[in-house]
Amino acid sequence: MQVDWVRFTPSASLAGGAMIGLAAGLSFLLLGRIAGVSGVVAGALAGPLGERAWRVAFLTGLFLAPSLLALFVTAAPPEIEGSWTRLAAAGLLVGFGSRLGSGCTSGHGVCGLSRLSPRSLAATASFMAAGFATVYVLRHALS
Amino acid sequence: MRNTLLVPFALGLLFGAGLQVSGMTSPSKVLGFLDIAGAFDPSLALVMGGAVAVGVVAFRLAKARGRALLGAPLQAPTASAIDAPLLIGGAIFGVGWGMAGICPGPAIVDLGFLDTGALVFVVAMGVGMGLERLASRISRRAADGADG
Repeated sequence: MQVDWVRFTPSASLAGGAMIGLAAGLSFLLLGRIAGVSGVVAGALAGPLGERAWRVAFLTGLFLAPSLLALFVTAAPPEIEGSWTRLAAAGLLVGFGSRLGSGCTSGHGVCGLSRLSPRSLAATASFMAAGFATVYVLRHALS
Repeated sequence: MRNTLLVPFALGLLFGAGLQVSGMTSPSKVLGFLDIAGAFDPSLALVMGGAVAVGVVAFRLAKARGRALLGAPLQAPTASAIDAPLLIGGAIFGVGWGMAGICPGPAIVDLGFLDTGALVFVVAMGVGMGLERLASRISRRAADGADG
C-alpha cells in the first residue's frame, strides 16, 4: 500500500466529518430521527405522508448546501467521471443495495456506528469490503 | 409546523456542508480511499472517525434522555439481526459505491451543483430503491402464499 500524501486532507476531512457527525447526532437528539440519507430519500419518495415533510426539508438542506457554502468559499464542482451508463448502473446498485441492507454510509456508517450497533458494524464491513474489491477489479485486475 | 421543518432543513445544510468540507462529495477522493492497491488516500477514514466521535456523544445523550429534545419519541432502529439481506444489500451497495465513488448523501449534494452526472445517478438510485421495494413485496407475498 502506498499512501497518497499529496491528496490526503487530514484536517479538512476530520472537520467535515465532525460536522457530519454533529448533523446526524442532532437529528437524533433534537428530532429523534436517524439521518441515514438512503432511508430519508426512500421515505421521502414512498413513506407515510405525515413522515415525508421533515425528510423533504432535510434533503432540501442537503441540496442547497453547495449554494450556501458558495457564499463563503469558492468550492470546486464535484467532477463526476464515468459514462452515463456506468453512473446509472452504479446508482441502481446503490439504491437497491442500500434499501435491501437497510442503510448506507450515513445510516450504518455514521449513525449506526455512533449507536455502537453490531448490525451496522457488519453492514459497514460488508459495503467497505465490496467497495475495496470493486475498485481493485476495475482499476487493477481489468486494466 | 414551519418552525419544526426549519430544524431538519438546517441539519441537512450542516450535513451537506460537512460532506463538502470533508471532500466526500468528490468521487475521486472516495475512490482514492477505496483504492488500497493504488495511491491510497486515507481521508475517508478520518471523516468517519470525526463523525463517529461526535455522533457517539449525541446518541448517548439522546438515549440517556429517552425522548428527543423537541418532544418526539426516539425512533431508533429495532432490528438487530445480522442476516443475509443486511450483508447482501451492503455488498450490492458497496459495488455501486466502488463503481462511481458516490453514495446517497454526496449524490444529493452533487445534485445541488446542478451536475448532470449526479442527476443520472440520483434518478437511477430512486429506480433501484423502487425495484427493491417491488422485489421485497413479491418475495413477501410468495412467502405468505407458501405459509397459507
